[in-house]
Amino acid sequence: MQTLPRRLGVAVVVAVIVVLASIKLNTFRDYQIAEIAVEVTAVAGLTLLTGLSGQISLGHGAFMAIGAYTTALLLMHLSWPFAAVLVLAAAVTAAAGAIVGAAAARLRGPYLAGATLMLGVALPSIAYAYQGIFGGDQGLNVAFTAPGFLGATFPLTRWQAWVSALVALITLVLLANLYYSRIGRNWRAVRDDEVAAALDGVNVAAARILAFVVSATCAGIAGALLAIVTGLVAPGAFTLTLSISLLTAAVIGGLGSLPGALWGSLVIVLVPTYVTDVATSHGLSSSVGSNIPVAAYGAVLILVMLVFPQGIQGGLRRILTLFTGPGPKTPTWRHAPTPSAEQARASQHEKEGTS
Amino acid sequence: MKRPQHLINRARRRRWQAAAIVSVAALTAAACSSSSSSSSASSSGSSSAALTASAPGITPTQILIGSHQPLTGPAAPGYDLIAPASAAYFSYVNAHGGVYGRKIVYKYLNDAYDPTTTASVVRQLVLQDNVYALFDGLGTPTHLAVVQFLNSEKVPDVFVASGCECWNSPTTDPETFGWQIDYVREGKILGQYVKQHFAGKKVAYFYQDDEFGQDGVKGLDDEIPASMVVSKQSYVDTNVNIGPQVAALRASGAQVVISFSIPAFTALLKLNSLKLGFSPQLVVSNVGSDAITLSGLLEAFAKQGGATVNGNALTNGIISDGYLPTLGDMSNSWTSLFSKVHQEYDASAPFDGNVLYGEAVAYTFVQAMLKAGRNPTRADLVSALEGGLPQGPAVAPYAYSSTDHAGITGAYIGVITNGVLVQKGPVLTTDTSTSGPITTFTGTEQQAPASGIPSP
Repeated sequence: MQTLPRRLGVAVVVAVIVVLASIKLNTFRDYQIAEIAVEVTAVAGLTLLTGLSGQISLGHGAFMAIGAYTTALLLMHLSWPFAAVLVLAAAVTAAAGAIVGAAAARLRGPYLAGATLMLGVALPSIAYAYQGIFGGDQGLNVAFTAPGFLGATFPLTRWQAWVSALVALITLVLLANLYYSRIGRNWRAVRDDEVAAALDGVNVAAARILAFVVSATCAGIAGALLAIVTGLVAPGAFTLTLSISLLTAAVIGGLGSLPGALWGSLVIVLVPTYVTDVATSHGLSSSVGSNIPVAAYGAVLILVMLVFPQGIQGGLRRILTLFTGPGPKTPTWRHAPTPSAEQARASQHEKEGTS
Repeated sequence: MKRPQHLINRARRRRWQAAAIVSVAALTAAACSSSSSSSSASSSGSSSAALTASAPGITPTQILIGSHQPLTGPAAPGYDLIAPASAAYFSYVNAHGGVYGRKIVYKYLNDAYDPTTTASVVRQLVLQDNVYALFDGLGTPTHLAVVQFLNSEKVPDVFVASGCECWNSPTTDPETFGWQIDYVREGKILGQYVKQHFAGKKVAYFYQDDEFGQDGVKGLDDEIPASMVVSKQSYVDTNVNIGPQVAALRASGAQVVISFSIPAFTALLKLNSLKLGFSPQLVVSNVGSDAITLSGLLEAFAKQGGATVNGNALTNGIISDGYLPTLGDMSNSWTSLFSKVHQEYDASAPFDGNVLYGEAVAYTFVQAMLKAGRNPTRADLVSALEGGLPQGPAVAPYAYSSTDHAGITGAYIGVITNGVLVQKGPVLTTDTSTSGPITTFTGTEQQAPASGIPSP
């Protein structure tokens, strides 16, 4: 059973690795660490929404846009410290998530996918409609500098990597707590059988809306990080492609798994650069070379789905089971709920006295 | 009892797998993203003792430069030919001795016209590959995402492939230089032509709702009296449904439509007008009027809609402006030089305006590098440009000075005839101010050097 100290321990270890890696590697790798941190923050929220509460969203790019524009506007007009900006950006996105979640709680399957898709496509065009505020196609510049005490030669990209990795880790620890708490169990109950969950005393609508709020907040935080990492917030960054790539990362990593969110983000950020480098070193023509990363992306997806239908994290778990054997400690219900696990959880609900 | 349950589970899992694979395939098809690259032949061969590694990206044998280009995505058609054409000209220079013996290695990465990807690939080029300079980064919204970064890293950001006036801010962005004629100058030159040749006619604008279109409109408004303008319609490049705008243009009774649009939207404007039986005189700014690209797009779009059109016939008569020699004129020394290089190093691409552009801007870079000296630092390239460049392939001189980072200062008016732009009238030069006069260029145009390589 995971406990809070253990989760914090893991987070501290990862933080140390990030700091060491960022110092050891070149500044472009720092930038990639920051990119991964942005991606993992958004994907972790989405993977809980889809994997745990069973709701799909094809419009999470829109929530990232809300977080990013809030950050840009606050930094530009009020020059708040970034921590305060981050909190407000998260709050604004949470409010947006609550509105969308209230509508989403009434929709199922393809209708929910359609509604969120519409959000993802339509919202960024508000930036074109109100050019005076949002800067239109050109977007808004975000000024973000490293603090003075680090010295003038401290690379900005390293500072960006540290800040985004720290925020991502805090988000992940908080999400892990939710995952194993009563709220997380309620989400799983609602996902598996709404009627049974309702009979258990779970407020189905509230659970679904809360999942949307949490997930949107994560996307908003990711958007705020994206704003300070790229230094620009423009509608061209929040296309449908972004929303789909978030979902892809969640699926590759393993839907509903927080470590999976990290694996998925690593694949989405690192594979294109790696493939590009390989294609370059083999001197392919530009028409072939420019399409190879897109093809590689597809190939990785298909491979992962064929070999590890439950994503990379599911595959790792399976490999681990080969060595250790399916001991009683293996919590299979995390990914594949079985009737017995259902019952076990139902009795757990009773013990906790959910009401 | 156990076995059947297993089998059921397995069958269920199979179905899930199938569903997952199908959805993944769909996602892959939809999610065109990411990067790619190419570079010219790697260097080897003679090195001179006097050559040193004087700056990041410069070694005794090579000069590494980078760029971001839309090789996939909505802006790719046509524009994806520019970087290979530049690489072709660099290969030609490399094969004929290089720049002071160094070979130019040109690494251009795909940003798919997405500013976030631009931010990422440019950091890769600067922080990891250590390019000497960023060359010909394409697009206004994309390049705006990296201007601040390039200037804070003190990386020369030369010859941005966009006519936005925003590249000319020597005080805030001292490393950034434009190249092609900016959209304000272009608007003024087109506007003056319309005012003079279509006096008393109703004029309407159709423009892209960003810096590109807005700068163009600014130039047009400087010249065309407001009383002549009956309608101003704009579009965003993410929405291809421009039916309402074209209907509004038609309803305004416009007899002349001036369009600041990218090629795809020039083609859509033409096709939507045809559908409504609306046939005004079209005046299209340079970036949206390459006859070969347009003709291809017109035929492709019409085919998607189930119709057949003759692209060349539809582009006939479009008025535009040009700042490079015309493609059809092989007696022009520049056209014939670039055509020769194209046939030798880039023959698989059609010889169109994009290819001419890519080679001409590459020529300008070689001019600047030769002027920067044998062992240039990054600052040397900037001061070489601020000292001014002699006129090259363009029909008008460059504006480069320590207080002006704009590029080509003038253009001529032309009419598309049988698939090529034919020059009508003299080369006109102007500035970007409201009151700045438009004057006929009286200097002589330069001839291409016989060797095909600028002299130091």
